[in-house]
Amino acid sequence: MAVYEQKAVKKAPSNSKGVIHWLKSNLFSTPLNVAMTLLGLAILFWIIPPFVQWAYTDANFSGETRSDCTGDGACWVFVKMKLDLFMYGFYPQEELWRLKSVLGLFVVQLFAFKFFKSIKHKFISFSIYLIIAFILINGGIFGLEIVPTDKWGGLMLTIVVAVVGIVFSFPIGIIVAFGRASNLPIIRSVCVTYIEFIRGVPLITILFMSSVILPLFFPEGITFDKLLRALIGITLFQAAYVAEIIRGGLQSISTGQYEAADAIGLSYWQKMLLVILPQALKVAIPNLVGAFISLFQDTTLVLIIGLFDLLAMVRITAADSTWLGMETEGYVFVTIVFWAFCYGMSRYSNKLEKQFNTNLK
Amino acid sequence: MKNDNIIEINNLNKWYGDFHVLKDINFEVKKGEIIVICGPSGSGKSTLIRCINYLEQFQEGTIVVDGIEVINDIKKIKALREDVAMVFQHFNLFPHLSILDNLTLSPIWVKKKPKKEAKKTAMKFLERVGIAEQAEKYPNQLSGGQQQRVAIARSLCKNPSIMLFDEPTSALDPEMVSEVLDVMIELAQEGRTMICVTHEMGFAKKVADRVIFMDEGQIVEENTPNNFFDNPESDRLKLFLDQILSH
Ligand SMILES: Nc1ncnc2c1ncn2[C@@H]1O[C@H](COP(=O)(O)OP(=O)(O)O)[C@@H](O)[C@H]1O
Ligand SMILES: [Mg+2]
Repeated sequence: MAVYEQKAVKKAPSNSKGVIHWLKSNLFSTPLNVAMTLLGLAILFWIIPPFVQWAYTDANFSGETRSDCTGDGACWVFVKMKLDLFMYGFYPQEELWRLKSVLGLFVVQLFAFKFFKSIKHKFISFSIYLIIAFILINGGIFGLEIVPTDKWGGLMLTIVVAVVGIVFSFPIGIIVAFGRASNLPIIRSVCVTYIEFIRGVPLITILFMSSVILPLFFPEGITFDKLLRALIGITLFQAAYVAEIIRGGLQSISTGQYEAADAIGLSYWQKMLLVILPQALKVAIPNLVGAFISLFQDTTLVLIIGLFDLLAMVRITAADSTWLGMETEGYVFVTIVFWAFCYGMSRYSNKLEKQFNTNLK
Repeated sequence: MKNDNIIEINNLNKWYGDFHVLKDINFEVKKGEIIVICGPSGSGKSTLIRCINYLEQFQEGTIVVDGIEVINDIKKIKALREDVAMVFQHFNLFPHLSILDNLTLSPIWVKKKPKKEAKKTAMKFLERVGIAEQAEKYPNQLSGGQQQRVAIARSLCKNPSIMLFDEPTSALDPEMVSEVLDVMIELAQEGRTMICVTHEMGFAKKVADRVIFMDEGQIVEENTPNNFFDNPESDRLKLFLDQILSH
């Protein structure tokens, strides 16, 4: 037998080995990887230079009419001249300050989010923001003129649809997910039917149904705003997906957590909201953000029931006889806007996840 | 209640589907008594003590706890759970809440205590189990023994008259068992009623008033701690003790 001396603590070898090492291990590690890397580079060389030439080098930025464009590259004059239409649809020119204030207040809201540490305060400040935003956009009180929803359009409509869809589908989805996990057979089967029905039908159908069929259930004479109908359809659609995602989160919580919550005397709702839901949401965040990103993209479908979101505005302005043939510029613009929003959301979700993770460590 | 029994269990029967898990359990506990329950795995020990705070429903028989009949009635269950605390094998702390928030959750939401007061009480109990300096940490940052002590402190926060322990030390690394047992021994000496499912003989001999042996859903033997381990009467208990002591 032997006794060994205690070892001194050594520093771990460094992990970073420089750019060359990174390239070697990530891009050129196997013959297949080398081939893929070269192919990738070739495609980039094939696509990027002509695109830059079209979108920047040969493009026209200044001027006010079509004749200011040489036609060699992109005619950004079109986007510049129609920007208000793309952003705000047919919202009256003299009321645009209201939408701009909503945007300005959003920046204020972002600072408030940084400033408030507790979730409760964040929630309250966001709710207040939403209410103010609604009052500004819709009008009707404080001497603000009502702007009817058929004047709403462009990016602003896209955002309204997406935000309403996200904000309202979230609590409904949570309740449906709880219902699906409930012990009461009636509640459970109602929730299962709802989820399975919605998930079996594409959003387009839901939109048609809510815009055409929903009014049939209301007595003659009661008209029901077209946008509102679309919003109800989208919210109900999204809620089913949110419910399924949250159900996944709920299933990942061990029964021990439920029992501990029961044993310390919490009521059903206290147990679900204080103990189970926060843990389930943490698990569900990546999928929830994924679902919200696809909702944001799917909002473009509202154009088929006659609402003019960003994409629809681009289509109709490009059909304008003075700007005929400008679709490409318009669609590139739409692509960039959508990409920026979706990328932003996905970054934000990464941040949220990290925050939650440090909490749980 | 006509006598000083704080728990009375009469002809308790429970089935999981067709499986008869508890068979005609009759069993009383006096106020302040410390009961230890032993038995092979799957003999129904957990199921029995979980019936006492209605984490499990049962089909036949009655349980009366501190004057409250254990039946499916929200008000009664609420009263029952304010009076009976439970400590689990796997601690079951809430990982998303700090240690302090784990302790104050029930006082704030169930007993509607002001936050400050709840925190003060919680700190008092954390001090008692020796974890006061970890109050701001999260459960995963603590060792198993520390987590179990937090779980005990959490269950103490509502000042329960009865404490149930379900194998509180079996999920712990060996070197952490004694820190948890020490806390439990202290509690036992304070005169709180306790029912502990555990195979810790030292604990049983030191504080238990009675030790109960369960096998296949029945109470097979009930004895004083010394007789239980040194002069067991039933053959089944002898066999069981041979098994747990043979190595
Ligand atoms: N939810 C359940 N459904 C079906 N059988 C169960 C369930 N929980 C426990 N059992 C069974 O009941 C028996 C007793 O379990 P338990 O009370 O946990 O035993 P112990 O705690 O003594 O090890 C075991 O055979 C177990 O498999
Ligand atoms: Mg057990």
